[in-house]
Amino acid sequence: MPFRRYVEIGRVALVNYGPDYGKLVVIVDVVDQNRALVDAPKMVRSQMNFKRLSLTDIKIDIPRVPKKKVLTEAMEAAEVQKRWENSSWGRKLIVQKRRAELNDFERFKVMLAKIKRGALIKREISKLKK
Amino acid sequence: MAKSEKPRVSRNKELIRGVGRFSRSKMYHKRGIWALKEKNGGSFPRHDKQPPQAKAVEKAPKFYPADDEPKPLINKRKPKPTKLRSSITPGTVLILLAGRFKGKRVVFLKQLESGLLLVTGPFKLNGVPIRRVNQAYVIATSTKIDISTVDASKFTDKYFEKEVVRKKKTESEFFEAEKEDKKTLPTEKKEDQKVLDAVVLQAVESVPDLNQYLSSRFSLRSGMKPHELVF
Repeated sequence: MPFRRYVEIGRVALVNYGPDYGKLVVIVDVVDQNRALVDAPKMVRSQMNFKRLSLTDIKIDIPRVPKKKVLTEAMEAAEVQKRWENSSWGRKLIVQKRRAELNDFERFKVMLAKIKRGALIKREISKLKK
Repeated sequence: MAKSEKPRVSRNKELIRGVGRFSRSKMYHKRGIWALKEKNGGSFPRHDKQPPQAKAVEKAPKFYPADDEPKPLINKRKPKPTKLRSSITPGTVLILLAGRFKGKRVVFLKQLESGLLLVTGPFKLNGVPIRRVNQAYVIATSTKIDISTVDASKFTDKYFEKEVVRKKKTESEFFEAEKEDKKTLPTEKKEDQKVLDAVVLQAVESVPDLNQYLSSRFSLRSGMKPHELVF
């Protein structure tokens, strides 16, 4: 039951509220008990309340308040984006986003595919039951 | 007049508002009033009013209404042609929202002069014939079919007009139970449907699963939020 994800310099977090919703940011400094200074390669460095951040497992190695170039290089070296997209949390978000932008025909095709898959599974199960 | 009008150019360029480049006498010359006068023998051609032709004598009406009723104002308003939503182009799959075919997914052919949309099932897939539908009762999906080879020119608003049946006022027919002839579709219309649908079905078959898609009805399921759905 101990805490595993700590607020520290280099912790990658997901913004869960506000105009930057859904973006991955790195905590580069702590302002006070409630706020962190936060930065991302394509974002202006700004402060955010911790309540707006959801901490992830990913942590990178950076000095306190690094220059943008240093930050970008550190993120590339640690392969933050790739690790995020391979994590189950990251994959879930990608799937949710894809589902939200399906059009009516695509939703129909998904339904057909689900039915087909279900039929295959049932067939295998019935084989095993015999 | 039906002559193609070129944009009218002024012969007298405006220097400042109210002041032209040329004076009155110069403008008289430029306009060629002198030439018109010459042509007309010294004076500007006049078209005098012709004496009014004697009207036929109208009899006084037999009946005058008791009170002078106020006449309603003249209304010369012409409604504008219905604007077609930009998401609806020929070949778009539409979802019908009202009427007998609600929920059916249907192929859009063209907009008619009345503003209504011409639409076909195709009939074989979902039972929707060539039909007119109002834009307001339709959701346009982003699925488009290529119907460039389809010729829908024979279908106009007149095609869909009801045929006027003249009833003869004979006594016998009055007392007989109303014989309603079963209104069957004339065979030509059925043929039109087949011809049109043949081309449309070709286009539909070229896309996998599209025929099943058009055969099924749209419905909202649990968790589907219409305002968040992408069509």
